Amino acid sequence: MEHYNMNLTLKVWKQKNNKAKGAFETYKVSGISSEMSFLEMFDVLNEQLVAENKEPIAFDHDCREGICGMCSMYINGRAHGPWHQTTTCQLHMREYKDGDTIVVEPWRANSFPVIKDLVVDRSAFDRIVAAGGYISVNTGNAQDANCLPVDKQRADESFAAATCIGCGACVAACPNTSAMLFVSAKVSHLALLPQGEPERKSRAVNMIHQMDTEDFGSCTNIGACEAECPKGISLENIARLNREYLGAMFSGSKEA
Amino acid sequence: MSLTGLFLILFLIVHCYINAQIFYNDGGVRFNEAAHFMGTNFVIRTVELGLFAFLILHIVQGLLLWAKNRSRRSVGYTVSAGNKTSPWYSRSMALLGTLVLLFLIVHLSKFWGPNRLSQTTGHGELPLYNMMKEEFSNMWVVVIYLCGCFALAWHLVHGFYSAFQTLGMGTHRYKGLIKGTGVAFAIIVPIIFALMPIAFYLQWIA
Ligand code: HEM
Ligand code: SF4
Ligand code: FES
Repeated sequence: MEHYNMNLTLKVWKQKNNKAKGAFETYKVSGISSEMSFLEMFDVLNEQLVAENKEPIAFDHDCREGICGMCSMYINGRAHGPWHQTTTCQLHMREYKDGDTIVVEPWRANSFPVIKDLVVDRSAFDRIVAAGGYISVNTGNAQDANCLPVDKQRADESFAAATCIGCGACVAACPNTSAMLFVSAKVSHLALLPQGEPERKSRAVNMIHQMDTEDFGSCTNIGACEAECPKGISLENIARLNREYLGAMFSGSKEA
Repeated sequence: MSLTGLFLILFLIVHCYINAQIFYNDGGVRFNEAAHFMGTNFVIRTVELGLFAFLILHIVQGLLLWAKNRSRRSVGYTVSAGNKTSPWYSRSMALLGTLVLLFLIVHLSKFWGPNRLSQTTGHGELPLYNMMKEEFSNMWVVVIYLCGCFALAWHLVHGFYSAFQTLGMGTHRYKGLIKGTGVAFAIIVPIIFALMPIAFYLQWIA
């Protein structure tokens, strides 16, 4: 693809802290290369702001290779921008043309309060994982890996669920701010394996309970989460989570 | 939600089957027989109480769910994804359901209400077939019925699938079947219902 430079107008959400009322601020950036990533474009803008003695825009990022899940940005109405199964750090500026205006907002959900500008607090996810995303492992010598047979299909489905990077795009994209896709991925990758068997029932109940405690909305099977998930986590996992939860309830499992 | 919704779907099947008796075009003989059975049988009348309970439960749960989910994003997006990430009807269940409810109020006040009133006050059953003929000679009544069927169809396109997904049946093996059956159901049943006022209005049946 031909390389080109572009000038852009950015409307970015600025918010001092979680108590303050935020507002959009308009910025102009010029000479953005079509080969930059979306975050590199923000780096250019921030350097420009620092040089002008203005405050840079706060945004989350870490790996910049699509695996850590930090780079939360709601770009022109889309979680992580318009590319399918792509995080913001992997979105490239060749998506845009010279003269475009791009609106960038933080994830918006009461369960993900804004810390500053585009940075939101996703620790609700950590608390959900802490409530049940673990397995029991005996101490002593490691077992022979082959003594626990795992069906190939289950192993594949478990692995697919385990690719969830906890980015929160599912919550951001959901009209209800439901966290079901995330929770279903975290429950599924353990429930499908023999290692996850001992806590299987209490896990579903405890993680759902924590999810409700964190005030996420309720799933109505709209499917925007699946459409926006950078890792392609499937709605099938939500069906599985519902089965796990119903099964646990019918067998009388209580929250631990 | 899923259980009450599925119960309402079962009701639709029975209701549609009974009312479709008018298409025998026998001057309402078979329809009146079926309606008489449904209106006087003790078991059916008991189930009818359950139906009302489930309908009200479904509406209350649905509206509470809608209110709860709306309250969880106090600051909304300035630019939203619209139909790019989800179909409009899946996001409009409360609106579509409310339209169905408005239709139901009109519908019940035309047939079910007067009939039960007449029964309980000792005047016996009303001639429902003739009442249909009369009501559906009015174009505006027909239009209201068509709007009701239209809202119901979209409510069902999402609702049928959603109910099974909520019960954990949306696996790769069954998802296609459930979605396909749901869409077929959501098209066929409302069309049969819609054909009833149309058939009377256009005098396909007498
Ligand atoms: C004969 C009439 C009706 C039928 C057959 C029906 C059926 C269904 C079904 C199957 C669902 C899906 C349940 C689930 O997601 O688990 C549903 C959801 C819903 N219904 Fe109804 N319904 C009817 C009438 C109504 C009425 C009158 C209202 C009034 C407000 C209503 C409001 C809702 C709402 C708000 C939902 C949303 C839940 C969601 O988005 O999944 N429905 N309905
Ligand atoms: S399910 Fe997908 S969108 Fe949700 S947190 Fe995991 S990776 Fe992100
Ligand atoms: S910065 Fe790690 S996924 Fe984008």
